[in-house]
Amino acid sequence: MSVTALSTHGAMARQPSWLVRLFDYKPFLIVMCLAPAIGLLTVFLTYPLGLGIWLAFTDTTIGRRGTYVGLENFQYLLTDPLWWNAVFYSVVYTGVATFGKFALGFWLALLLNNHFPFKSLLRAIILLPWIVPTVLSALAFWWIYDPQFSIISYLLVDVLHWRSSNIDFLGSPWPARFSLIAANIWRGIPFVAISLLAGLQTISPSLYEAAMLDGASAWQRFRYITFPMMMPILAIVMTFSIIFTFTDFQLVYAITRGGPVNSTHLLATLAFQRGIAGGELGEGAAIAVSMIPFLVFATLFSYFGLARRKWQQGEAND
Amino acid sequence: MTDTVAQPTADAKAAPDTMAWDSGLRRLMMIYLPLGCFVLILLFPFYWMAITSFKPNAELMNYKDNNPFWISSPTLAHIKHLLFNTAYPRWLTTTMLVAVGSTTLSLIASTLAAYAIERLRFRGSPYVGLGIYLAYLVPPSILFIPLATVVVQFGLFDSPLALILVYPTFLVPFCTWLLIGYFKSIPYELEECALVDGATRLQILRRITLPLAVPGLISAGIFSFTLSWNEFIYALAFIQSGANKTVPVAILTELVTGDVYQWGALMAGSLLGSLPVAIFYSLFVDYYVSSLTGAVKE
Repeated sequence: MSVTALSTHGAMARQPSWLVRLFDYKPFLIVMCLAPAIGLLTVFLTYPLGLGIWLAFTDTTIGRRGTYVGLENFQYLLTDPLWWNAVFYSVVYTGVATFGKFALGFWLALLLNNHFPFKSLLRAIILLPWIVPTVLSALAFWWIYDPQFSIISYLLVDVLHWRSSNIDFLGSPWPARFSLIAANIWRGIPFVAISLLAGLQTISPSLYEAAMLDGASAWQRFRYITFPMMMPILAIVMTFSIIFTFTDFQLVYAITRGGPVNSTHLLATLAFQRGIAGGELGEGAAIAVSMIPFLVFATLFSYFGLARRKWQQGEAND
Repeated sequence: MTDTVAQPTADAKAAPDTMAWDSGLRRLMMIYLPLGCFVLILLFPFYWMAITSFKPNAELMNYKDNNPFWISSPTLAHIKHLLFNTAYPRWLTTTMLVAVGSTTLSLIASTLAAYAIERLRFRGSPYVGLGIYLAYLVPPSILFIPLATVVVQFGLFDSPLALILVYPTFLVPFCTWLLIGYFKSIPYELEECALVDGATRLQILRRITLPLAVPGLISAGIFSFTLSWNEFIYALAFIQSGANKTVPVAILTELVTGDVYQWGALMAGSLLGSLPVAIFYSLFVDYYVSSLTGAVKE
């Protein structure tokens, strides 16, 4: 290491160019280093975010510059049963799917925290649903939910004889809603399990030893050690999960496109249908903006989760 | 606390011995059985996808005479149809181009940003870091409508370049956070030594920090590649013509035609579209796991 540093020093002493000195000037270097990232994020994230909020207050359509119409879009949405339907399903979808993902994911993480052969191979296999493009696995689910040739119906009807007719997964509102939630849970389990597993591995075994000496049962060890120690990481993972489940688009668009009779629209798919497919950019933007209060709520949740983590671990660990 | 955090694997190994409360049967019921169910359910859709893509149509639509869980006469017809009768190879190359382009762009941008925030420490650098973290919390679903108008303004509508430029909005925040964490783990003393020896900041970045951060860069790179390969909503909203579509969008919009779904071809397309990331994943599993957990812990 010192040899290379010395030789470069020698090279520099021979030809001290103004360019080298400029790039060694710290404020200039900071600006140059931050410019690409900040530039990209400003042009393609901050500006569109502001533009989206502005569009929500206009009557822009594709090909026509809109004028400011105040709260008209939002007033219209409040009277629109489809929007209320989408809000309702978005909340149900997020609530049920998050609960399912975390219950099953936490369980899977606890299972993976044991020791058995081929553990790393198993961990690798389990992440697969999360790696594969969502739309493509959603297509597999669409095929699994096929009204005529569903493999689940085949199992229940022809193999187990539990039912006499095929299940109509996607043909009527409530079964379609729960089929989508099941697909979302399936896709979400790996992420939750693997990130919670990382959290579980940081809990010191000496805590469990102390609790066992005091005669704590397995449930008590989980309730009073594992769960409180996992709170901070649970809060963060859950915030991510809630944000990306609430704004989910791909699964619903790929499997039902909001049908049957618009019963499975999430706010994002409704925004796409009105904004891009229907051309009503202003109204679509208003639907998208109506998701923001929920996201702010979730972010605050994350912030307090982080704050709590700092407090638990002391100031030294940042 | 900090001591135990530093060596979690060693401690975790000791844990089961101290908690040896379970007999063999109980272990089977409590651990292996549920684990088996999880693996079965998590993998079944892929098995179903794979088996469907090699089944002839007659077998696909007839469960009475064939066992649906197996193929009696496998065929490559669906894959052949996909490769020679559709623009599938074209979609694959477009997706590859977009994924590689946006990954490169965001790796460069986020390495520089992470270096500036973590190592060039200036007043307000934690706030810049926080701002970039917040950018990660803005989901594409609320951005795609205004972004579509921005893309049209720039004259990039229907061009893969639009995707290359837009994907960094979710890749840069992620990679920056990952790399900040990584740079933190490199001892600052190494850089101080080089500074004392008279190296410039850029030389330090190029010759000391970056070589030491290679595992972090690989993690960020493969993660970005996967995320951009899988991206759907922007590609759906910004690309119109069939030839420029990415694989996930093209399969859904170009292969789903009419009322009778070509399940064989659809599943073959899904399988082929998943393979590149799956292969990539199998080569770099450890990096995936570490970046996933690292990003959460940061």
